[in-house]
Amino acid sequence: MRARRQGTLVAPVSARDHVQGPADAPVTLVEYGDYQCPYCGAAHPIVKALQRELGDNLRFAFRHFPLATIHEYAEGAAEAAEAAGAQGKFWQMHDTLFENQQALDFESLVGYAEEVGLNVERFATELENHVYAPRVREDFISGIRSGVNGTPTFFIHGVRHEGSFDFETMLEAIQARMQGLAA
Amino acid sequence: MRSDATPQTSNSKEQSTNAAPERAKTVTQSGSSTQLTGNQRFERRTPQAGAGPEGEVQESTALPAGTRAPDFTLRTTPDQEVSLSDFRGKRIVLAFYPADWSPVCGDELAVYNEVLPEIRKHNAEVVGISVDGVWCHIAYAQYNKLHLPLLSDFEPKGEVARSYGVYRKKDGFSERALFLIDEEGTIRWSYVSPIGVNPGADGVFDALEELDSQKAQKGAAA
Repeated sequence: MRARRQGTLVAPVSARDHVQGPADAPVTLVEYGDYQCPYCGAAHPIVKALQRELGDNLRFAFRHFPLATIHEYAEGAAEAAEAAGAQGKFWQMHDTLFENQQALDFESLVGYAEEVGLNVERFATELENHVYAPRVREDFISGIRSGVNGTPTFFIHGVRHEGSFDFETMLEAIQARMQGLAA
Repeated sequence: MRSDATPQTSNSKEQSTNAAPERAKTVTQSGSSTQLTGNQRFERRTPQAGAGPEGEVQESTALPAGTRAPDFTLRTTPDQEVSLSDFRGKRIVLAFYPADWSPVCGDELAVYNEVLPEIRKHNAEVVGISVDGVWCHIAYAQYNKLHLPLLSDFEPKGEVARSYGVYRKKDGFSERALFLIDEEGTIRWSYVSPIGVNPGADGVFDALEELDSQKAQKGAAA
C-alpha cells in the first residue's frame, strides 16, 4: 500500500516556493510553519542562525501550515505573507510576522505592509478577497501529505527532521545529511 | 525528544513536558509495516496523565483490514446517539484517542478538522471516539472549534474500543488508533500510533486513495 516511506516530503522545492539561498546549495531545508504558533516563533531565529552558519551551503524554503481553527490569525497572516510575496517582499513580511506574533489581526497586518513598503491598497484588497487562500491551502495539503502533524515541521533535503529544533541539533542533522549526500 | 525551545505563552497548557519517546508505529495493511518515529512538536504540551509506560505499543490487537467493523451506538450529545450503521454508504474514519484535552490528540483532531473538506471528497466522514463523557466532549469541541462529531465511549466504559481491540485496560482509555471503514462496513485499514504521537493525516489519505483506485479497478472489471 505504501510505496513511499512516511516522513518524506512529497512536493519537492520548486519555482512556486519562497526560497532563500542558492538553488545549487548542497542541502535544502523546508519548514512548514504557522505565524501564530509560538514554537515556530521560537524556531525563527534558529533558522536565521543556521543560515548564517551554513551560508551558501543551505537553501531554505518556507511553506504555510496554519492550524486555523485553533489559531485565529494564522490563516490571515499566511495570506499576508503571500500578498507581500506578490509585491516581491515575502521575506520581509515573513520576518515581520514572526517578530510580531502577538499582533496579527487585519489592522496590524496592514500596518506591517506599510512598514515593509508595500502598495498598501493592493495588499489590503487582496487580503480582504483572500486572493492567496488557495496558495496557502496548497502548502497546507502538501504538508498533510508529507505527514506534517504539527508545527514547526522541518524537512532536511526531503526527510523529516525528527529531533528537537534547537540550533545544535539542527546544525548537526543538516551537516550529517550534507555528508551523506556528498558520499 | 522535547524541543529546547519553549517560548513563553500565556496559555498555561503550553508548558513543556515529558512526552512519549519515539516509538515505532504499527500498521496493519496487507501485512506491511511502516516505521515512523515520534514527532513531538505540538502546540499544547502537557504531561500525559496516567499514560503508563510512555509511548508503549504492545503487539497490536487492533482489528486488521478485512474485518467486519463491529457496530456500535454511542452518544455524541446528551440527547443524540450515533450508530456506525448510520454511515452505511459512506466511508468513515474512526479516530480513537485517549482523552479530550490531552495535548497530542488536540492537535490530531485539529489536523483532521482542517482537512475535513478534502476527506469528504473521498465520500468519507471522520468521527473521534474517547471514553470522555458527552459534556466533556461538548466543551472540548467548542474550545477547539471542532466540526467533527466526538463519540462518548463512556458506559460501559471503553466497550467500543475493546471491540476494536484498542483499549488500554491498565490505563482506562483507548490507544491512539485509526480505522478506515468502507461503504459496506468493512475495515479497510487500521493503524495504531504511539500513545503520545499525533499520527497526522497522510496515512488516512493514502488509504482513501487506495480505496478509490481499488473501486475504480473493480468498476472497470465489472
